[in-house]
Amino acid sequence: MNILELRDLVVRHEGKTILRVDSVRFEQGKIYGIIGPSGAGKSTLLRVINLLERPAQGSMHVFGTDVDLAALTHAKGLPIQRQMGFVAQKPAMFHASVFDNVAMGLRYRGEDRAAIRPRVLAALKLVDLEHAAGQRADTLSGGEAQRIALARALVYEPPLLLLDEPTASLDPHNIAIFERVIQTIHQTRRTTILIVTHNLAQARRLTHACLFIHQGRIVECGETAAVFSGAACRELQDFISGRMIC
Amino acid sequence: MLFPPDVWEIIWLSLKVTTTAIAIGMLIGIPFGAFLGLYSFPGKRLIVVLVYTCMGLPPVLVGVIVYLLLSRYGPLGSLSLLFTPQAMVIAQVALVTPILAGLTMSAVQEKERAYRETAKSLGASPIQLIATIVREARTGIWSGAAAAYGRAISEVGAVMLVGGNIEHHTRVMTTAIILETRMGNFPAALQLGLVLLAVSFLFNSFLMVGALNQWKAKRR
Ligand SMILES: Nc1ncnc2c1ncn2[C@@H]1O[C@H](COP(=O)(O)OP(=O)(O)OP(=O)(O)O)[C@@H](O)[C@H]1O
Ligand SMILES: [Mg+2]
Repeated sequence: MNILELRDLVVRHEGKTILRVDSVRFEQGKIYGIIGPSGAGKSTLLRVINLLERPAQGSMHVFGTDVDLAALTHAKGLPIQRQMGFVAQKPAMFHASVFDNVAMGLRYRGEDRAAIRPRVLAALKLVDLEHAAGQRADTLSGGEAQRIALARALVYEPPLLLLDEPTASLDPHNIAIFERVIQTIHQTRRTTILIVTHNLAQARRLTHACLFIHQGRIVECGETAAVFSGAACRELQDFISGRMIC
Repeated sequence: MLFPPDVWEIIWLSLKVTTTAIAIGMLIGIPFGAFLGLYSFPGKRLIVVLVYTCMGLPPVLVGVIVYLLLSRYGPLGSLSLLFTPQAMVIAQVALVTPILAGLTMSAVQEKERAYRETAKSLGASPIQLIATIVREARTGIWSGAAAAYGRAISEVGAVMLVGGNIEHHTRVMTTAIILETRMGNFPAALQLGLVLLAVSFLFNSFLMVGALNQWKAKRR
């Protein structure tokens, strides 16, 4: 079953076409890797899906509803946005405690106070940062902030999780924690996960299927093993072998 | 007692009028300014230019406009508010709301796109988004409010016109200072001037403390 499908998507900035996708589908319960050189349009794809960026045209079928992305307002997109979790490459921490940062999504959804506390603590435990609940979030280290951003997006249990290079600036220890959490929630909640990564080994370890984006186009898309072994197209071969100059 | 009862009455009215005006101005100006800072819509640029223009309105002009609105044959004449403290509050609201809206708008815009997008992606509704970003930009907004307070309480043209400087009714510090000076009663004028200075010093220290805290937070 498809949880998400994009059709006829065109994103333009200052007259330049940044991303053009004719059609792409994501199946419920799988982990997808999004790979490609810098500036290819990977972040743009996630931002469009998360309704942070309005494309020039395009429609999205998600969670069983159809939306016209070019005409969507913040208020109208809210029910869809609330079913997604998003971790940006450089997550912003609000000037409040770690606890309050993680609780935000639940508060926005009107959960009552008594229910919020155990859920926030459980999310913090998942990323191994229970002890930091009372700390000010703007004093966290880079790796800790990245894990808190993950907890913050997981706490309301979205069926779709979008991760934009979540481990790009992390050390091996933090990367291992991150990957373990991703696998845990995938197994326990059957969350569909889209993860942008420059780490090809990570894509191999974590994902079921991969999209290769090059110059604003999805050039390859398929089972991870097939994408990496077959490497049907020239650009992908060059990218995987490191010959592509990014 | 340091001052005769009349003087206390004048100081008290000044504080009451300006505090009420600032409170009303904040209720209107902060959400409006935050909305302008967060959302784009057709015609936004015109409104922003208008807000910036109104931030610098000469108080006397505000006074004249409110006077005309409230005067007996004006559109709001039936309320018979002219020469009452309420009229002074209205004039000061007109004076401070654009300032509060404009400063809130820039404080909110300064908060990087990242904060807005984080709140949005966590599921904030438009109103929750405004509340979150206003909270995040609170230091800037508070200093805006303190600046507006200082401007409103030391303003004389508008309150003179619409209040009329009536003893025991609409006389405030600034209008009293003018009166005392005209009557050659310089010690009284200076005394009130010092009180005014103390009040604006108090609000400027708010600004200072805010700025210092921000500076300290950045260094940490
Ligand atoms: N607001 C914008 N205005 C102009 N150009 C933009 C804008 N946002 C993105 N772009 C351009 O769109 C292209 C794709 O950007 P995007 O952030 O999606 O790349 P990416 O694949 O995520 O790259 P990286 O791996 O470096 O993060 C880039 O060339 C970028 O400069
Ligand atoms: Mg990117």
